[in-house]
Amino acid sequence: MSTLTDPPKPAFRLSQLIYDTRYRSITIQLVALLLMVLGIGWLVNNTVQNLAALGKDFNFGFLDNSAGYDINQRLIDYNSQMSHGRAAMVGILNTLLVAFLGCVTATVIGVIAGVLRLSKNWVVSRLMAVYVEGFRNVPLLLWIILIFSIMSESMPQPKDFRGAEPAASMIFSDHVAVTNRGIWIPRLGFTNSLSGNEAVASVEGLPAVATGGADWALIGVTLLISIIAIGFVRTRASQLQEATGNRPTTWYLQLGLLVIPFVIVALFLGMTVVTPFLKGFNFTEGTHLRNSLIALWIALSLYTGAFIAEIVRAGILAVSKGQSEAAFALGMRPNRTMNLVILPQAMRVIVPPLISQYLNLAKNSSLAIAVGYMDVRATLGGITINQTGRELEGMLLLGGFYLLLSLLISSVMNYFNNRTQLRER
Amino acid sequence: MKKTVFFGALTVAALVAGVASAATLDDVKARGSLNCGVTTGLVGFAAPDANGVWEGFDVGICRAVAAAIFGDPTAVEFVPTTGQTRFTALASGEIDLLARNTTWTFSRDTDLKFEFVGVNYYDGQGFMVPKDLGVSSAKDLDGATVCIQTGTTTELNLADFFRTNNISYEPVPIETNAEAQQQYLSGACDVYTTDASGLAATRATFEAPNDHTLLPEIISKEPLGPLVRHGDSEWGDIARWTLNALVSAEELGVTSSNIAELAAAPTNNPEVNRLLGTEGQLGSMIGLDANWAANAIAAGGNYGELFEKNIGESTPIGLARGLNAMWTEGGLIYSPPFR
Ligand SMILES: N[C@@H](CCC(=O)N[C@@H](CS)C(=O)NCC(=O)O)C(=O)O
Repeated sequence: MSTLTDPPKPAFRLSQLIYDTRYRSITIQLVALLLMVLGIGWLVNNTVQNLAALGKDFNFGFLDNSAGYDINQRLIDYNSQMSHGRAAMVGILNTLLVAFLGCVTATVIGVIAGVLRLSKNWVVSRLMAVYVEGFRNVPLLLWIILIFSIMSESMPQPKDFRGAEPAASMIFSDHVAVTNRGIWIPRLGFTNSLSGNEAVASVEGLPAVATGGADWALIGVTLLISIIAIGFVRTRASQLQEATGNRPTTWYLQLGLLVIPFVIVALFLGMTVVTPFLKGFNFTEGTHLRNSLIALWIALSLYTGAFIAEIVRAGILAVSKGQSEAAFALGMRPNRTMNLVILPQAMRVIVPPLISQYLNLAKNSSLAIAVGYMDVRATLGGITINQTGRELEGMLLLGGFYLLLSLLISSVMNYFNNRTQLRER
Repeated sequence: MKKTVFFGALTVAALVAGVASAATLDDVKARGSLNCGVTTGLVGFAAPDANGVWEGFDVGICRAVAAAIFGDPTAVEFVPTTGQTRFTALASGEIDLLARNTTWTFSRDTDLKFEFVGVNYYDGQGFMVPKDLGVSSAKDLDGATVCIQTGTTTELNLADFFRTNNISYEPVPIETNAEAQQQYLSGACDVYTTDASGLAATRATFEAPNDHTLLPEIISKEPLGPLVRHGDSEWGDIARWTLNALVSAEELGVTSSNIAELAAAPTNNPEVNRLLGTEGQLGSMIGLDANWAANAIAAGGNYGELFEKNIGESTPIGLARGLNAMWTEGGLIYSPPFR
């Protein structure tokens, strides 16, 4: 009987780290890790050394100090006595405002242009091609500056609206003033504002109209409740349809649920439309859309809209022709085919690149610097850094904000994406 | 083993990082030119001429410092900076000297860690309006739209002025003087506010300067001067005493036309001799050649000559000496003695 002896284990040799495939990947990863740690260490070390050489420390205390500068567009209460932190907040809201407005209009423009570019009408589809190519291929910055210059150079000055025979006049039956300082549009005001009696009539003889956060909150809550109620009605209708095959007519119920509570609340608050009028150097009352906001908003929307148009077009073309043919064969009308068959499938292709476009738009909004729009780059990343000398802290905060914003947009859109994904059965 | 490598690498990194903060004068000499931060363009103070050569009152300071170091007033690399970028440019070492209508304030000196080497123009903030606006005082500006450069002291003064006078305004933040001018002329703002000297310089470039007027109020003190980073006092000394040399030269009657003659051999005025290096060792005390000051003065003339040539009453800008006259003539311009 022979005994089985284990083959002798070869001793571990260093060269195995490179030549032995069992170890090689570990070696490579370790080296990469080491290099990365060294790289980061070098950067941090460099920063610490240079800060020390400049005699600067690293702290965020400056955010509590009084800012000292004014900001023209404020969505929350702010004055120059408030802190740098508050000023940063005002800037953040301005960034969010233009990013939100931009995303909404870019999507609307993009979807329309994308669908129309596939139109069988030659003129329409060519026009859309011109739009898409024109905006996709010219730098965004140029569009922003162009729109801004058109606004500030060729629109009438507020004083042109004055006098017996003014050189300029308001449009939409004296409701909207387009000037070289921006556009004044009517705003909603409340004669019974919840925020109390602080409202003073801006002109003698006119009633006092205020708008407070509380008023808008009440309206928001009302609309939210209405929408939830409408959701209920719809689910109920769908259940009935599943059970009986007939979908009950509910549009009047839905409309009522939306409109009636809103009207009641509006009457309660005394909601009125306040039109802007000329007073002193400028128009007052109404909502002032500054040139900087208009230029940034329009340029971002048109530019990103052009990319979205291509994404939408690609998404629709990605749905195989058989799908619409099958739908037609079942007797579906073209727009129902679009809404019920093509678009839901196209969404799977559209949403992921759409996320990138939204991210681009949000970050491109920092081109605000070209037109002096007071976004977070201009407040925290501009004047605050300049007045306090806190470049490192300010830039870290700014970077952190954009990172957070992007992650937020992605996660919301990813959630939406998961819901539009094809569910295989 | 891995640890030692890591720490070894860190020390190397530290050495590399450390190089950046060596003496500025050595850096400048090694580079062969001075990096000087100026405006993006403000005629009279700093602007490129038709041939792209920078000239102006602040440019004159840069050239004088370059001449003091290299004997060559053209050994300057001009770096245009905006109100917002200038301090980062200086703190990061992108420029060695900033001469850009910059106001000496407490927080810039202490918190931002800069060293102002003197004042080359005593100024104050003013307001410019079109004459046909019919405004005669800044207090009548309630509700006006005001163009203002961001990242400046003027922005803070403006906020204070309107707040303390209990009137409102709409600020239009602007990056550079050129943009401000365009916005102001197109009527997108009613008022342009900045240092009075800057307003005068801006107005001089208008097609119809007489249609615009400066309001009587001067709402702040704006001592404008060149500055350097904290932490290198030797370099600060060079800039400070170059400016002082220009001022002393005016006081002592040393001009660009007589300097060659005065610097050739000792005169019978010992202070002139010390200044021009024909007597004493002042140059070597700040690490420069004996004729450093003579070179600085020869570059563009003394303080008074720089003033007259660039912004004085004979130029379109037409600024009177006023506060910026020599102390011997009732002004504030004064240099400590060269001794
Ligand atoms: N002195 C003020 C204001 C300086 C400033 O920005 N001045 C304007 C006009 S006087 C200027 O130099 N602009 C030139 C440019 O835009 O580059 C400060 O130091 O903050």
